[in-house]
Amino acid sequence: MQKERVIAETGAGQHGVATATVCALFGLKCVIYMGAEDVRRQGLNVFRMQLLGAEVRTVNAGTRTLKDAINEAMRDWVTNVHHTYYLLGSALGPHPYPLMVREFQSVIGREAREHILSVSGRMPRALIACVGGGSNAIGLFHPFIADAQVRLIGVEAGGRGDSSGEHAARFHTGATSGGGRIGVLQGTMSYVLQDPGGQIARTHSISAGLDYSAIGPEHAFLHDTGRAEYIRSTDVEALEGFELCAKLEGIIPALETSHAILPAVRVARELPADDAIIVNLSGRGDKDVQLVADLQRR
Amino acid sequence: MSRIRKTFASLKRAGRGGFIPFITAGDPDLTTTELLLIELAAAGADVIELGVPFSDPVADGETIQRASERALRKGVTLPHALTCVARARQRIDVPIVLFSYFNPLLQFGEERLAIEARQAGIDGVLVTDLIPEEAHSWTKTLLQHELDPIFLVAPTTSDQRLAEIARQARGFIYAVSRAGVTGAQDEMPRDAEVLVKRVRAVSDLPVAVGFGVSTAEQVREVWRFADAVVVGSAIVREIERLSGNPDLIDQVGHFTRSLIAPKQICPATLR
Ligand SMILES: Cc1ncc(COP(=O)(O)O)c(C=O)c1O
Repeated sequence: MQKERVIAETGAGQHGVATATVCALFGLKCVIYMGAEDVRRQGLNVFRMQLLGAEVRTVNAGTRTLKDAINEAMRDWVTNVHHTYYLLGSALGPHPYPLMVREFQSVIGREAREHILSVSGRMPRALIACVGGGSNAIGLFHPFIADAQVRLIGVEAGGRGDSSGEHAARFHTGATSGGGRIGVLQGTMSYVLQDPGGQIARTHSISAGLDYSAIGPEHAFLHDTGRAEYIRSTDVEALEGFELCAKLEGIIPALETSHAILPAVRVARELPADDAIIVNLSGRGDKDVQLVADLQRR
Repeated sequence: MSRIRKTFASLKRAGRGGFIPFITAGDPDLTTTELLLIELAAAGADVIELGVPFSDPVADGETIQRASERALRKGVTLPHALTCVARARQRIDVPIVLFSYFNPLLQFGEERLAIEARQAGIDGVLVTDLIPEEAHSWTKTLLQHELDPIFLVAPTTSDQRLAEIARQARGFIYAVSRAGVTGAQDEMPRDAEVLVKRVRAVSDLPVAVGFGVSTAEQVREVWRFADAVVVGSAIVREIERLSGNPDLIDQVGHFTRSLIAPKQICPATLR
């Protein structure tokens, strides 16, 4: 492609760290856009990106979270497109990004499918993944979409309340929920949290990576066709899931990932003991340990 | 014949380049916007672009982002922008183009917007983030209500997409001077002239060049090869600078006149 510079946005910092790592390895210039609020709550990842030689640009516009980091990255991209590649971090944005990201993330679903068939000899009853922009979920779901007997469950951020600005659940419907409607944001038509006039709404989630007002368009499609179900976990439920996963499995999950844990327990409870489900552990929680410790102390 | 077409036809007859200022509706408040529309017309604007405030203006640089924020803080949205035009329309005849991101229009309702925009006296609508491949029904709705669909093209626009835009566009085509977002620049890039030539190869519509034009010299430079020039951020910056100043209207008018004068013969219109 002859591009010497790579830019990316990041919410939780995971995609930023991954991008910075690749750029360090290949000797490419790397700039990461991150909302000021996320820089604050994901400090460990900011430090990791800087160690890896990336320039982290703090975004102070708008809600100072993932959405605004994407806006800034898009502005940089259209300005420097001749020598810059925009490595978008989720299954969103203008075509063909949702398609490309799904394609690359589908390695999760392909390997999970092979693996579960080899260890249990049968298909899983359900797949469960958290949904921010939607990349880890669509990556897991995609190779199973034709297997109608497999339930696909996406978990959105229920935040700390039902009213607008208190959550990031785009599929949350109900009169006072401030739930999403079809809209256009950042080059994609999908469900978008917005006010009646079409201004994009504020969101809240304890996890930076789910704190986003739109959702990847393929999830909107799976939602409308009924192929996938979308539920939500609150901040408090995510924290419970965080601790449960650490104690039961010996894995400290990211706060994003933690949203999928309690729903998985609930689904599993209704199934015979020898059935299988897959939970996508989309990321590790080192980056969140400090934040959770601070919350517990309070 | 649409008001925009008439305007460009008479510019051509006079051998003059067109001047198109951009302001954001509700910046710093609606009353000022209404007075500014009237003042800009008096100052010699041939067409006026009126921006609809949006929370996430990805195509805009910091100056116009801040204008959008100021307007949103005042609670100004699409319906207010329409009312503002309707009021100014009683005093001025210059064509007005609504400049918006797609989501506020979509939520308002495409058909309803077309009807109410027409009633308010708007002549064309430019949607920054609607690509021509997805714009067919939108374009049709505008045309049914005698509104001109205005499209942006950029130096990075492919020939194939240029041809598609030429099929759908009416009024004029807005050529973005360089890769990038809105915002004042010190230099006019060569990209713009090349792009205008590419547009002329596929369309007979007048071509306006904007993004980054901020001085009288740049305005004249653009008139050398394009039919009109758009100045946005430089004017919006003046509005921001003069915030709270009782002479804001007069001074913005003065600044606009300084960009236009001397209104030179535009070689591009003598083709
Ligand atoms: C660990 C982790 N999981 C999930 C997400 C949500 O993104 P997506 O929905 O694209 O998978 C993020 C985003 O930052 C993340 O860091």
